[in-house]
Amino acid sequence: MTQRPPDVPFSAVPGSAPDAPSSAVPAATPGSAPDATARSGAGAVEPGPGAAAPPILEAREAGFAYRGGAPALSDVSVQVLAGRSTALVGESGAGKTTLLRLLLGLARPTSGRVLFDGAPLSPRDRAQMRAFRRSVQMVFQDPYSSLDPRQRVGRIVAEPLRSLGLVPPGRRGASAAELRVAAALEAVGLPPDAAHRYPHEFSGGQRQRIAIARATVCEPRVLLADEPVSALDVSTRVRVIDLLAELRDSNGLTIVMVSHDLAVVALLCEYTAVLERGRVVEQGETAAVLGSPRHPYTRRLIDSVPRLPARP
Amino acid sequence: MTRPGATGPLLDVTGLGVRSAGGHDLVSGLTFGIEPGSRLGLIGESGSGKSLTALAIMGLLPPGMAASGSIVLDVPGAGPAQIVGAAERRLRGVRGRAASVVFQEPLTALDPLMKVGRQLAEPIRRRRGLRGAALRAAVADALAEVRLPEPGRIARAYPHEISGGQRQRVAIAMALACEPALLIADEPTTALDVTVQAEVLALLDGLVAARGMALLFISHDLAVVSGITDRILVLKDGRAVESGTARQVVNAPSHPYTRALVAGARHLDSALDWKAR
Repeated sequence: MTQRPPDVPFSAVPGSAPDAPSSAVPAATPGSAPDATARSGAGAVEPGPGAAAPPILEAREAGFAYRGGAPALSDVSVQVLAGRSTALVGESGAGKTTLLRLLLGLARPTSGRVLFDGAPLSPRDRAQMRAFRRSVQMVFQDPYSSLDPRQRVGRIVAEPLRSLGLVPPGRRGASAAELRVAAALEAVGLPPDAAHRYPHEFSGGQRQRIAIARATVCEPRVLLADEPVSALDVSTRVRVIDLLAELRDSNGLTIVMVSHDLAVVALLCEYTAVLERGRVVEQGETAAVLGSPRHPYTRRLIDSVPRLPARP
Repeated sequence: MTRPGATGPLLDVTGLGVRSAGGHDLVSGLTFGIEPGSRLGLIGESGSGKSLTALAIMGLLPPGMAASGSIVLDVPGAGPAQIVGAAERRLRGVRGRAASVVFQEPLTALDPLMKVGRQLAEPIRRRRGLRGAALRAAVADALAEVRLPEPGRIARAYPHEISGGQRQRVAIAMALACEPALLIADEPTTALDVTVQAEVLALLDGLVAARGMALLFISHDLAVVSGITDRILVLKDGRAVESGTARQVVNAPSHPYTRALVAGARHLDSALDWKAR
């Protein structure tokens, strides 16, 4: 593992605060600037509102480089606070999916750390990983490739319950699982008989609902979603966004979403981190970041979104 | 149909139907026209038949699919050409000069084993009969016209060696090389990042205007279509449900389907209106 020297200069971020010195302990720098809690510059981390509870997930000065390659991610510090749905925004190659993989424990940072409930996430710690999988679940972009075509929906949705040992084995467990699967399917707006059918019998939007039911059946605290609606048609997209918002509001689910679609981000996430070429160039409240962007790249991103003609 | 003299539409589609090998009607009763130099947006969700319509106009429907009705491309000086039922030989004369197409995924439009410059040289050579140094200069000009930096380096590169946005610019250059009267763009920016999309749309807009080409722009994205075309035709399940100016369709949709489509797009669009909140 290579620890980046603390004083290596990083590409200047014009128009915004320079990177916080990466040697600083993030928690030791409480907001000195008046709006530090609303928004912070690249790499800076503000303490969460409830300083007592650590963030559920945190990347702390995290970097990632594929062997022999240029870093895909450099010095990224982002906190996922309970109840604060967070968007990781950027274009292809920005490193947002790499960051998501680090936050999921699917890859280890080559520098810096990823913390779960304040403790370093270590995929070899089986007890921690069990607690982690219970708390953090995932929805993927493509609802056609993320569901096993040979399994019935009921079995697909029940998978986390079985693999996490949340239902006892045998007959009793099976009926307990059935009840929870039925509740999860109902929560995502699918009919009860969906459990007995196969994925190919459903449309793209319905499949994404199945994926969301699978991810939420074990009542996780965090739902990590990689472009969850970008493969869907507009009307379906709006309905799945509504569903995610409903789960967020009624079940206290914190959504962490990777997206290039700023409208979806604005509808679902209160907090936004903008990535460009492996670095966070701007992060803060979504309304501040997207409503009055400071970094030129954020501005360019917003100005590039095709807009409908103004209402007469 | 009454058409006054030679000033008829460039593209005249009447009662177009596309039927699959299994006998399903994928497009039916589609009628629309495009005047020389005008722009039409074809909008619809997945499965609405919009891409099949583009393929039918080019005479490029996949094997097993059959077109019915009439598609007439009438390029001034070349005479009207009926596409439906035309032989491949005849189509080859029409493609390129009358109409050419830019697809969503430039990787599928470009030959992965051929350097970009050679691919682009092919249509230029055929259309303008250039050879040698003159041909190389024309290729460099074509790459510069789509605002590719370092045209020399791009010409020597294989498609996988350049970015997605650059590939789409090359695909546009190839489509323009034949100096078509009608450019068909089928979701040309859907696979691109949003900042690249904005650049490619601006490029297309400028080139179409500068050359006085007609444009058939196909997309699922109402905001994109209303930004680049004057008129919009809304497709659902292979049928036209509504047409009108872009502003009419977006601001006063009449068909229930269009209303739902616009409401969805409006909902997403207004999420970005921070000042109004």
